[in-house]
Amino acid sequence: MDSTVTTGVEESVWGGGDNRPLGASYGKMMMWFFILSDALTFSGFLAAYGFSRFKFIETWPIADEVFTHVPFFHGNYPMYYVAFMTFVLIMSSVTMVLAVDAGHRMKKNSVIWYMFLTIIGGAIFVGSQAWEWATFIQGDYGAVETKGGRILQFVNADTGERAALADFAATLPEERTIHENKNGIWFYSEGSLPTYSVNEVLEGFKAHSNIVVRTETINEEGEKVVLSRQESLAKLKNATQVVEGANLIHNEYGSRLFADFFFFITGFHGFHVFSGVVFNLIIFFNVALGTYEKRGHYEMVEKVGLYWHFVDLVWVFVFTFFYLV
Amino acid sequence: MAHAHKLEIFRGLWKFKSNTQKIWGVLVFLTLVTAVEVALGIIKPHALTTSHVLGMKALNWIFIILTLVKAYYIAWDFMHLRDEKSSLRRAVVWTFLFLVAYLSFILLVEGNYIYNVFKDGFVTWNF
Repeated sequence: MDSTVTTGVEESVWGGGDNRPLGASYGKMMMWFFILSDALTFSGFLAAYGFSRFKFIETWPIADEVFTHVPFFHGNYPMYYVAFMTFVLIMSSVTMVLAVDAGHRMKKNSVIWYMFLTIIGGAIFVGSQAWEWATFIQGDYGAVETKGGRILQFVNADTGERAALADFAATLPEERTIHENKNGIWFYSEGSLPTYSVNEVLEGFKAHSNIVVRTETINEEGEKVVLSRQESLAKLKNATQVVEGANLIHNEYGSRLFADFFFFITGFHGFHVFSGVVFNLIIFFNVALGTYEKRGHYEMVEKVGLYWHFVDLVWVFVFTFFYLV
Repeated sequence: MAHAHKLEIFRGLWKFKSNTQKIWGVLVFLTLVTAVEVALGIIKPHALTTSHVLGMKALNWIFIILTLVKAYYIAWDFMHLRDEKSSLRRAVVWTFLFLVAYLSFILLVEGNYIYNVFKDGFVTWNF
């Protein structure tokens, strides 16, 4: 009967026992395989983004012109804030790996401090991401959407700079209240109305001879095509609604798919950062309570560390494919 | 737990005395690469945006290659893949690389095909 029984008394069965295939403990190896599968999910998102972008390669929004804001500063600063966010995440990755290193040398207080800094870095990143979302949703200059679903933006022909709807839209004596299902059709609802109606934009456009339309099409130089005054008026005949900001259905920056992918990819990533911060917090308290000191090793710090670095790794790719390329 | 760290990067070109020192060294390198990326993204040198390599702007190739370089150092030094057994490293990295290379090839070629259908065919826009 002895031959059928597994030899040796298995300690710590929950942790996968004492077998260490590939030279890694059960927990660490499973973290690696989880990261692998999660990386494939993100790759699926990014590849889908690439698909849609290649499909609409001539009309895709230019990321530099979409993400131009920095908190507390006015003006046009493309990319600076995203670069800052990238740096914050890399920096928090560094403090994480320093925590792992301090764990190897059983320095409890250093681990506590480095974990704390990592959590702060993660919180700054998630906050920045929320701000980025809010700015994107709120919108910038406003645009008009045509019957065919194309976006028409406005440019000041004299300066070549973008013109906001507020700069030229006329005020007409017309009143349009938001439809509410309590005093209208009960099964029909309507979101908030844009600041200006299509008519107000059209009248304002006719009154200001220096405003022209900028289309979604990208020319040879990689810039958006700006129409002449005549062509602009012809295009505006097809305008059906005013778009301010972006959501999943309408997007003043251009292709609605751009907004959809922005929300899905950065949202999925932001969710990962958020859960990473939660994991780090749990481990931080465990470290502070001396759990790993008693256990004799800090491998849990190493495992959440792997997850945290993975989040940073994904951002490096999101940064490139969403903001740079 | 593997306490032994390999303390050199760039194939031994840059050696470090301790693991902590190596971490800071890698940070300096990653920051440098990110700074170059952002600078190129803001300046957009004319020579790089107008020349094409394999159907894509030269600038975009530079971005993608720099990203892969960054990913390599994050995975190898921050995630300690450099110190793991090569079998674990391959199980994770090769699986990923083959699947993603395949997926992006299929999807990008297909996306480009649909672009051509819209451009040359009778369909102008569907969704």
